[in-house]
Parts: sequence; structure tokens; C-alpha cells
Amino acid sequence: MLMTENVPTLTTEDAEHELYLPELLRIAKVEQVTAMEKLFTIELPEGKPLGHRPGQFVSVSILGVGEAPISISSSPSRSNGFFELCVRKAGDVTAALHNLKAGDYIGVRGPFGRGFPVEKFRGKDMLFVPGGLGLAPLRSLINQVIDERAQFGRVIILYGARNPSELLFKDELKLWSESSDIECHVTVDRGDDNWTGNTGVVTTLFKKIDIYPRNTIGATCGPPVMYRFVLMEFIGKGLSEGNIYLSLERKMKCGIGKCGHCQINNVYACQSGPVFPYSEIKGLEEAL
Amino acid sequence: MYYFCKVQVDSACACRFAINEQKQQNSITEEQDVSLTIIQKKDFNDFVSRMMPDYRVVGPVAHNGGFAFGDILEPGELRIDYPTTILPPKKYLLPQKEEILRFNRKNGATVEPPPEPQPTVILGVHTCDVHGIQLLDKVFSTGHVDPNYVNRRTKSLIVSIECLTPCDEHSFCKSMGTLTADEGYDLHLTDLGEEYAVDTGSDAGKMLLEKYAKAKKADQADIQRLNAVIGEKWPKFPYRLDFDVSDLPSILGLSMKSPLWEELGERCLACAACTNVCPTCFCFDVKDEIELDLKSGQRVRIWDSCQLDDFATVAGGHNFRQSRALRQRHRFMRKGKYILDAHKYLGCVGCGRCARACLVDITPVNVFNELHRQQEVGS
Repeated sequence: MLMTENVPTLTTEDAEHELYLPELLRIAKVEQVTAMEKLFTIELPEGKPLGHRPGQFVSVSILGVGEAPISISSSPSRSNGFFELCVRKAGDVTAALHNLKAGDYIGVRGPFGRGFPVEKFRGKDMLFVPGGLGLAPLRSLINQVIDERAQFGRVIILYGARNPSELLFKDELKLWSESSDIECHVTVDRGDDNWTGNTGVVTTLFKKIDIYPRNTIGATCGPPVMYRFVLMEFIGKGLSEGNIYLSLERKMKCGIGKCGHCQINNVYACQSGPVFPYSEIKGLEEAL
Repeated sequence: MYYFCKVQVDSACACRFAINEQKQQNSITEEQDVSLTIIQKKDFNDFVSRMMPDYRVVGPVAHNGGFAFGDILEPGELRIDYPTTILPPKKYLLPQKEEILRFNRKNGATVEPPPEPQPTVILGVHTCDVHGIQLLDKVFSTGHVDPNYVNRRTKSLIVSIECLTPCDEHSFCKSMGTLTADEGYDLHLTDLGEEYAVDTGSDAGKMLLEKYAKAKKADQADIQRLNAVIGEKWPKFPYRLDFDVSDLPSILGLSMKSPLWEELGERCLACAACTNVCPTCFCFDVKDEIELDLKSGQRVRIWDSCQLDDFATVAGGHNFRQSRALRQRHRFMRKGKYILDAHKYLGCVGCGRCARACLVDITPVNVFNELHRQQEVGS
């Protein structure tokens, strides 16, 4: 039943005819990152930028297999006619993607969703807390902040993975750790014989840092189980709810707010998210 | 359908009808009734026959001891007096399985949009389903405008019919304000015994009448008979909700932690029958189908259900609505609150199909009334 008096008049002129049609793009490079993850560099036609913001995702198609939402791992500040997807082999589509090599084509729709509001972060201290594969989307934001380093305050990265072999982007972690204007702490749940660094879950790294909560933005992404604990640390450090940003994972099929899979109560994560300030999802029963 | 101007109805009527009543304070004169036409029932089959060369014509037909919307190949098959169907006519606008693109993986892979849908006339749509289609129109045109839905919808004409008797004990259209409709159709029929009164709701409807129907303009006597028929109809339909439907969103808003969800979760079989028969459920899955040549194929969307176990399960295995209780809560919240919040339409039109389909007697009437009762007791 209609509760207001606005009846839509549908016309075919309004229809977005390309909405479900992926653009076929060439894979320029494939790198094995860990046993489970590969980094795909995708070439954009005529060197145009993807036009994304950190935290957004694309829907990747393997024709004949299906489509899956994948967060964009490269920073808009490093476009150069390419973008990167760091993909774990987890389902049918990602398994098929892992079988592709440079020169093969994938279908791409997007970018979709709401990313990080980077312009609001300028002048602030940035505290990044990626867990596991959660570094893939956060790397986009981290690298933009690094590329525009002068416009931000402190940059702190607390990264946790299950074991040393699952650490992503080891070269960049080394670079960040060695940089004088980035504070980067890495931990693993369980070390191996060669591991000399921190052990313990990612939240154990919070005791290593001292922050100015009123000027700090917290950004986190990781497995579903991690959020509650990281939130407790953020709030314990005194961050305000509006300055805590979470990138939430959900099942998505359409990416455009129709298919219903990504709904968190009444919120479509593919449209209103996947990046949310904590203040927006605090009251949502199914968010965390 | 708004010719029941002088009809008195129960004072506790649903809000939609109340709006209609106000609209009809002015009595309708013959001059104003330009859109009301009369088609003799004996001429109705000819009307249907004449449109068949130009349109795919679908409507209610007898099927397996009941009724179903199906293709009308002979006008005599049409059973416009049907009580209800298992599936709503939604299937012509959002098919159970619909191609959204076709592809070829040969060297230099290609993707193309699906073929254009066929122009279709959907006959005999009850007003609950008219409201359901209006909701779908809003859903698929809000934000991103869905090309497949819009293509089908703009090529479809809706000929609806006023219900004069309740279909069974499960329908609660009167409580939901969907017992009539004053928009959302191209033509709207009311059975006057020997003829149909036909209200024209759009230019396309006007064209359909002018091109294919033997019809006459209604006179004052026709209008009086129509008003009498409508007047007799309303008292035959009971209210089934114990409260006014305008309170439903707030009742649900306060029910997130109701113990009722656990109770429903224990009974629910997660079979998804409720969502499959719903005229307002629109969630879908997307799958690729590939031909035996392993080159060409199509991407299809198929109806999906929030009641199924893996609806919200991500590739890593985490299920964001693991329990049936949470999934039932999600369904009813969508019907009475979430969809309304997003689209200004209630997500339930009171057709009763889910209640008929449910194997364990979970019904929206009982659920909504129970939540209302819990809150009355609580306060």
C-alpha cells in the first residue's frame, strides 16, 4: 500500500541499459601474494582512471562461471591506467579468476558502493587496523594517504594475520615499517620458526600506541569476528563513534541495491556501504 | 477504482480507502465520467481475441484444480472470476528466471543485452497485485533504474478487476488498504452481472479499448449500478488486523527483540514457499549458464529467498543471518517496515498467498496481531 502520493511513471529512456553488462578488461599482470591470494593488475582502456575512491568495490565477472564483488586494492593516486585486485581463492568465481593469466580478460562492473570520505580525513591522524585480507581494501586508502602524506597527521598501521605466510604485501609492509613518518606494527596469531616479531591477535598491538583521540580517524577491515574487539579498542582509546570507519563484508549479487543479499536490517551494504562510520550502524541489530 | 462516491463504509477503514472517501465527496456526474465505459460480457471474449495478434495475452486460467496465471490461447480459457492464484502476476514482470545478458567466450569475448521482451496484456489482476506491481515499479526505478524490469513493465498493460467477494480466510486486503486501487492499472473492470464497467487508467488503456473493444460510454444508470455493486462489496470483507495498518511500521520497529521470532524460527522449515509466492518479494540470485560448446551462454537472475540458509553467506563461509528466527524477522520487517522506509510503500499487500503456502501455518495476520498484542500487554 502506498503511504504517499508519488506514483512512479516508468519510461525506457530512464533505464540504465548497461547496468548489468560488464566491461571486458585485460589482465596486465598476476602475482602470487600468498598461497591463497593473488594480486591482479587490470588494464583500463585508453589509460583512463577507474574513478574509484578507496573502499569501493567492483563486480568481477568470469563469463560462464559468475560474478563476485571484489574490493579495489590500489589507490586512486596510483592509477596510471591500471587498478589492482587482491583476491583470495574462496568461491567459484575467485577460483576461476585464479586460473587466469596476464593477457586474459575479465568482466568488470563498477566501481560500486560508498568508500572512505577521504576529504574529511585531511588534517587528521590516521589509525589503520586491517586484519588478514582486510588489508586489501585498506591498502587503497593507506597508499592514498601516503601519497598525500603532507595533508595528514600521524599515520599508524596495526596489521594482524594468522601466521607469517599469510601476511599480504610484505614489500609494502617493510617499506611502511622502515618509513620515518609511518608507525607500522605487525603481529601474527601464531609465529613460525623464523618469526621474530609480535605474536597475538591484532588488538594486542593497541597497547603499543599512544594517540590523540580527538584528532584521530580509525579505519578497520577484517574478518567478521574481528570488528567487535577492534571497536572496543577504538572506543577504549577515546575515538568518537563518527570517527570510526568500518568496511563490512556481505554477500552481494547485483551491486546496485536490488538483489537483497547484502541487506543489514533495512540498509543495503552495496549502496550505503561497504564503508560505514560506526555512528551509522551502531543501532543496526545485524551489522556486527 | 473510484466510483463508489456515495458508499458508506466501516468507520475504521484503512487509510488508503479513507483518502479515497475524501476524494469522493463530490458526486460524480456523467460529464465527469469520461473514463467509465461499459463492455457487455458477451463481447468480452471478442475484446480478448482482437488483442491476441498484437500482444502476448496472459490471465487467470484453471490449473490443477485451482487457478494460475497463464497464456491465453483461446479467450474461453480466461477465468476472470478466479479467487486467487498460487503465484502472482509478478512473474511476467520479474520472471522466476530471466536472462540479463548473453555472452560468448570465443577469442575476443562479447557480452550483449538480452532480447527485447514481448508486448504483453495481463488480464484479471486483483487490486492487491496492482499494489504489489506499484511497489515493484518503485523498487526497480529507485536509485539505479533496472533495464530488464523497466523494459518488461513498459511493454505490459494491466487490466485489473475489482474483487467483489473475499478469496478465502487468508486474504486481509481490507486491513492493508488494497481492497481497491485508483491507479496502477491501464484498465480496471468491475463485474456488474451482464457487463463490465471499465475504468480507464492510462492512455495505453484508452488505446486498448478504442482499438479492440466494443464498448459504450457509461450512463447515469450504469454509474448507479456500479455504486450499488461496490456498496454491497465492502461489508463482505472482514478486517483481520486488530489495529490500524498505519501503526504497523511502529509496531515492527519496537519488535526487534520480540520472543516471537524465536518461536517462528523453531517452526519455520526454511522452505522459502512464503517468499516464492509473494507479489512484493524481489530478491534475486545471479547465475551463469553455459552451452555445451562451453563458449556461449547467458547470465540469468532467478528468484532467491532470504529464508534460505545461504542467502547471506559469504564465500568465506560466514552467514550473517544464520538462524531461522533472524530470517523470519528479516522477512516480516521487510514486509511491514524496511520496504516502507525505503520506498514509501508497505511491503505487504494482504493477498494471503504466503499464509496459504506455509506448511507450518506462519501467517502475517497472526504475526502482526501477536506483535501488537505483546506491545499492548507490555504497555
